[in-house]
Amino acid sequence: METMIQVKDVSKTFVGKENTVEALKGINLEIHRGEIYGIIGMSGAGKSTLVRCLNFLEKPTEGTVIVEGKDLSSLPDKELRLMRTQIAMIFQHFNLLMQRTVLDNICFPLEIVGKKKKEAREKAKELLEIVGLSEKAGAYPAQLSGGQKQRVAIARALATNPKILLCDEATSALDPTTTKSILALLKDINVRYGITIVIITHEMAVVQEICTHVAIIDGGSLAETGTVEEVFARPRSAAAKRLVFQNGGNYEEMKGKHCIRIVFKENSSFEPVIANMVLECKTPVNILLADTKDIGGVAHGQMVLQLPEDKITAGKMITYLKDRRLEVEELDNYVG
Amino acid sequence: MWDSAMILMLAKETGITLYMTLVSTILAYVIGLPMGILLVITAKDGLKPNAVVYKILDVVVNVVRSIPFLILLMLLIPFTRFVVGKSYGATATIVPLTMAAAPFIARLVESSLLEVDRGVVEAAQSMGAGTGTIVWKVLLMEARTSLIVGATIALGTILGYSAMAGAVGGGGLGDVAIRYGYHRYQVDIMAVTVALLIILVQILQWIGTRISKKMDKRITG
Repeated sequence: METMIQVKDVSKTFVGKENTVEALKGINLEIHRGEIYGIIGMSGAGKSTLVRCLNFLEKPTEGTVIVEGKDLSSLPDKELRLMRTQIAMIFQHFNLLMQRTVLDNICFPLEIVGKKKKEAREKAKELLEIVGLSEKAGAYPAQLSGGQKQRVAIARALATNPKILLCDEATSALDPTTTKSILALLKDINVRYGITIVIITHEMAVVQEICTHVAIIDGGSLAETGTVEEVFARPRSAAAKRLVFQNGGNYEEMKGKHCIRIVFKENSSFEPVIANMVLECKTPVNILLADTKDIGGVAHGQMVLQLPEDKITAGKMITYLKDRRLEVEELDNYVG
Repeated sequence: MWDSAMILMLAKETGITLYMTLVSTILAYVIGLPMGILLVITAKDGLKPNAVVYKILDVVVNVVRSIPFLILLMLLIPFTRFVVGKSYGATATIVPLTMAAAPFIARLVESSLLEVDRGVVEAAQSMGAGTGTIVWKVLLMEARTSLIVGATIALGTILGYSAMAGAVGGGGLGDVAIRYGYHRYQVDIMAVTVALLIILVQILQWIGTRISKKMDKRITG
């Protein structure tokens, strides 16, 4: 697949009066056309700095970013600005012009590229229709709800027909229902226009909902990258495990009790696997956690089981589960 | 004493006060507005950081602002004479008024522009907007209510300064108050001029507040 964004050894250091902060340390990423790429991390991990490096709102201290074959660090100011009209961005706090109507807000990026007023208004009206806010054209941002403001911001972002849409915590200020509708809109845009979307978030749920790929960033470094399914099913790094278990009970408590984590995919839900395993091995197991997550529209279940102390039975159970093509991960490997 | 000549004189001097105030304010904005904009964009976290330009402007503004107006008025006499041809009268007063007000206005403009949400500026940058577009369409437009409020404050202050200029033959209501009220002990005329000055400030304030409210779209409903 065609590479859209290539992040090459990007480091960013902020030099302050008292201390210097290494926000990013040698990040390498490759994002392809049409992907919805999630960049997830705890707050302060450096993800907002990273997304600002993708359109050079922050210039990396070291390394560079290549968008559609163009090295952003080599572009003169004017060309960089032209490039930015192709890399739209939406924000956590929407950042709409408060003194302009909804329609004029959407016209703003078109004014920047020098479109005629009449054409700009036509285009803005079309976009308002796409985001479902036609009746709000004459309203001011202060009269809109958070979800509506983000819809206006999305319409504004699409005005210049960008190839890339960067979303910086775009749903973090919204309630869960509104978040879902905004994510659905983003997905629709991705499918309809083939726009590559990069989503910065601290919520695993957002990544699971729409992302195809994910990069986990921790303490300014890249901890893990891969498809969302891969990372969810087999989180390798500690940061990834923390995120996968984010809303799944207390991971710490399960350490050292000979626990395993199993991941079910849709095709494994027909057979009562655990019940059959218990019957087969004639030893009960303790279910510590069970939940289902929706990843890209496919239900994924996960379960944490405490196995019997007896090593032979436990081994048998693991083999049994693996034979049924389930992802099995032994959690007690991580003790101490 | 309250004959038509007196009333005519008061009306004329009110007109002169307004003339000095308005013309000085406009001229002071011609100088102060770009200064304020430059202060914002050359600041350390501004659009085009430039420590040298920022520092020079900052010092100039602070120095001029710390000179008391009456002293500035006298310091500037040679300059005023050079520009206007004489150092007394209403038109001559406009020169020191403008000079004193410009740095004050630069600070007012600076603080108004700094109120604009950083995020909105960042959004404009992410759309590929250049510095000119951001200053014109984002900073000035988004800060317009605050700028109008600032202009109202500036008008009131300059009106006050113009009255002070009366002390050195500047003309206008301040001149009347000093000549009749102070030198001739005509307290009633002093009271009338003060009342007129208060009314002028009230009217200007009322107009300013109305315009700024009307322009502000941040309030719902």
